[in-house]
Amino acid sequence: MTAVWVTIALLCLGTIAIKAAGPLLMGEHEPRGRWLAVIALLSPALLSSLIVYQTFSGHPDGLVVDARVAGAATAVAGALTRLPMFAVMVLAAGVTAALRALA
Amino acid sequence: MRAALPLILPVLVFGISFGVVAQPIIGGLAASAMSATIIAGASQIAAVTVLDSGGGAAAAVVAGLLMNARFFPMALAVAPALRGSRLRQLVEVQAAVDASFVLADQGDGTFSRGMLVGSWLPQTAAWVGGTVIGVLLGEVIPDPQELGLDVVLPAFFITLLVRDVRASGTRRTFEVIGLAIAITLALTPVAPAGMPVVAAAAAALLGLRR
Repeated sequence: MTAVWVTIALLCLGTIAIKAAGPLLMGEHEPRGRWLAVIALLSPALLSSLIVYQTFSGHPDGLVVDARVAGAATAVAGALTRLPMFAVMVLAAGVTAALRALA
Repeated sequence: MRAALPLILPVLVFGISFGVVAQPIIGGLAASAMSATIIAGASQIAAVTVLDSGGGAAAAVVAGLLMNARFFPMALAVAPALRGSRLRQLVEVQAAVDASFVLADQGDGTFSRGMLVGSWLPQTAAWVGGTVIGVLLGEVIPDPQELGLDVVLPAFFITLLVRDVRASGTRRTFEVIGLAIAITLALTPVAPAGMPVVAAAAAALLGLRR
């Protein structure tokens, strides 16, 4: 059990430190010009990567194609047809759950 | 705060899933304490998975930190939006997590400090509350995967991405998305958990090109 609490303490401190490095390294610097374009592109880069990662990553690792892919595809279709966010999430979970029940 | 409403549901569902999954492995108290102090779902799952498979604390911490390494470029990006004393900035930058980062993004390389912190508070409450619900109801809730709950968070990110592209998408945005997806797919089979997402953040460097 000690390992669990050591993990929690160190992971907490480490995560705080990773984020604290932002203001500490930036100081009073204001990003300018093309760096602003890079920062503006961080959201789409991180979001598309997280979506692909959460849809295809195996447990604990590797690349896996399973029912999540159908759920994510449903979510893409729902978002593109401007369904409300809530409906998109419920539909995606429903499709994934239905496929798993059939399998 | 109002703008944070849509993220309550996915974060709550994710929190419940984490509580259900983590409770038998590390115990309900530790699972709840983990959510209250680390407040980063993917890294918590990574660390718990390592502990479950017999890895030690060191391996679990490394897995969790790799998963959270993406917060480094995010914290750099939001730093100019933070005001006040250095200590206050170090506290406020802790709000730089996936959903609040995207919601605070103003599309021009600057961030709204109010949106960052304002959306982080309810998100954190939902995450910790969801974990406790999952721990308490773990016995009666079926396997979260059976309900398809593991796609609720990616579905939420998909709606955020589509909204982001509609608001400020250019040809360059699509190039970045394509590159980020390619990097993630290429690295996921070979890189340690979390690293593919950090590497994919580098796709934003396409913004340096004219």
